[in-house]
Amino acid sequence: MAPPADARLQLQTVRLTALYGRRAAVKDVSILFPKHTVTALIGPSGCGKTTFLRCLNRMHELSEGGWITGKVLLDGEDVYDPSIDAIQLRRRIGMVFQRPTPFPTMSIYDNVAAGLRVNGRRPRAELDAAVEGALRRAALWDEVKDRLRHSALALSGGQQQRLCVARALAPEPDVLLLDEPTASLDPAGTQHIEELCHELKARYTIVIVTHNLQQAARVSDYTAFFFLGDLVELGRTEELFTKPTKEQTEAYITGRFG
Amino acid sequence: MNARRWRRRLTSGGMTGLVALLSFLAVLALVLILGDLVVRGASSLDWSFFTKNPVPAGESGGGVANAIVGTAIIVGLAGLIGLPIGIGTGLYLAEYGSGRLGWVVRFVADVLNGTPSIVVGIFAWTWLVKPMGHFSALAGSVALAVLMVPMLARTTEEIVRLVPHSLREAALALGYPRWRTSLRVIARTALAGIVTGCLVGVARVAGETAPLLFTALGNLNFSTSVLHPMQTLSLQIYVYATGPFDEWHRLAWAAALVLMGLVLLLSLAARWAIRQRHGAAR
Repeated sequence: MAPPADARLQLQTVRLTALYGRRAAVKDVSILFPKHTVTALIGPSGCGKTTFLRCLNRMHELSEGGWITGKVLLDGEDVYDPSIDAIQLRRRIGMVFQRPTPFPTMSIYDNVAAGLRVNGRRPRAELDAAVEGALRRAALWDEVKDRLRHSALALSGGQQQRLCVARALAPEPDVLLLDEPTASLDPAGTQHIEELCHELKARYTIVIVTHNLQQAARVSDYTAFFFLGDLVELGRTEELFTKPTKEQTEAYITGRFG
Repeated sequence: MNARRWRRRLTSGGMTGLVALLSFLAVLALVLILGDLVVRGASSLDWSFFTKNPVPAGESGGGVANAIVGTAIIVGLAGLIGLPIGIGTGLYLAEYGSGRLGWVVRFVADVLNGTPSIVVGIFAWTWLVKPMGHFSALAGSVALAVLMVPMLARTTEEIVRLVPHSLREAALALGYPRWRTSLRVIARTALAGIVTGCLVGVARVAGETAPLLFTALGNLNFSTSVLHPMQTLSLQIYVYATGPFDEWHRLAWAAALVLMGLVLLLSLAARWAIRQRHGAAR
C-alpha cells in the first residue's frame, strides 16, 4: 500500500507574504517541497527569492522591519506558531549563504562542531564521529582530515563553502537551504557543490536559490520562478525549462530579460 | 596638455611634501620628548631607583619603588573596575544599541569622553573621599576607571561593528541564541581588537595625574593598602618636578622616563595584539 501523499511532504508554505515594513517582497506564495527533493528558486535580482528562502527558517524576521503573513509548515506544523522556538527551528533547518562564512576564530573542527555544541554538551567520541560524518557528506573530509585543528580561514573559498555545508549538516537538519551557494566560487568549486546537492538529497530536503539557470536545471527536481515577489510558475524542472506555461518564464529562461 | 600634466605633477609633489613634513613634525615631538627623557633621566636609573623608597628632602639617593608599585595597584584596580563595564557597554551598544537607550548611552559616553580628567577627580573626591573621610587609592582607581569606561565603550563598539554581518547571520542560522552569537562569535572575532583597545585605554590612564591629586593623593612611604593614600609615578613626578631641589628634579626626570617606558610597553603590547589579529585573518 502506498503511503498517503501527505507523508512525503515535509516543508510547505501557504499563502506566504514577506514584508519589510509595509513593502511586500514576497507575495502570497504557496509552494510544497516534497521530502528528499531539490527545489531551485530562480528569478532576476530583487525578485524575492532570497527573502522567501529566509522565511523558511525564520531568518527574515531578523531583518530590519521583517515580518510575514501566511504559514510555513514543517511536517504539518506552523513554524511561526508562538509555541515554536525560532532557535530550535533553525537547528532543524540548515542554511548556507552566498559567501563562505566560516567562524574565523575557530578551527575547522570547531566550525563543524559549532552547531552541535550549541545544542548542549556531548561526549567527545560522539562529537568526533558527527564532525567526521558531516565533513564526509560535504566531500571535504579527505582534504582536511590531517588539519582539523587548523584555522578554517586557511582553506580555499570552495573548501570554506563546503565547510559551511558540513557545519550546516552536522546538527542533522531535515531541510537544507542554500542561498546562491556557488555565487563566489570558481567552476571547480561550483561543480563540487552541485554534486553535493545530488548526494545530499537522499537524506535532506533541499531548497536552493540560484542565479544560474544551468545550475537550476542540473541540480533540481522542481523549479520555482519568481518575479517581482510573485511566484510565476512552479513545476518539474525539465518541464519548466522545456515547456514553460507562462510567457514570463519563457522570456526569462531564454534570456530575453532578467 | 603638457602644461596641465606638469601642474598636476607639481600639485601632487607639493601635497606629498606637505603631508610628509607635517607627519615629520608629529614624529619629531615624540622623538624629542623621548630623547630628552633619556638624556636627563637615564643617568639616574639604577637598581636602587627601582627598589628603594623616597628619602627625606635634602638627602640624596632613594628611589620610587612605592610609586611603581602604587601605579601598578591603582591602574590595575582601575582596570578591574573599568574594563568589564567598558567592554560590556561597548558590546551592548554594538549589538543592542540601535534604540533610544543606545542613543542616550552613546551620547553620555561621548560627553564623558570629553570631560576633563580633573573634573572626574573632583567627582571621585565628592563621592568617595569625602564620605570616607580620607584620601585613598581606591578613590583614585575609581576616577581612572570612570575615565576608561567611555573610551573603552566606544572603541569596543567600533571594533565589534567591524565584524561582518554575515558571521552573525551564520551563527543565528545554526541555531545560536542571540546572546551566544554575541559572545561566542562576534566578541571572539573582535577579541584581538578589544584587547588592543583595553591596552590603549590602560596606557592612557596610567599617565593621568589630575584625577589622582585629590583622590590617591600620593604617599612618600611604601603602601599597598587601597584604602589609604598611595603614590603613583605621575604624582611623584608632579611633586618632584615642582619641588625646589635639584635632587628631586633629577628623580622626576627618571620617574618620567620609567612612566613613559611603561606606557610604551603597553602600546607595543597593543601593536602585538593587532598583529595577532591580522595573522589570524590571513
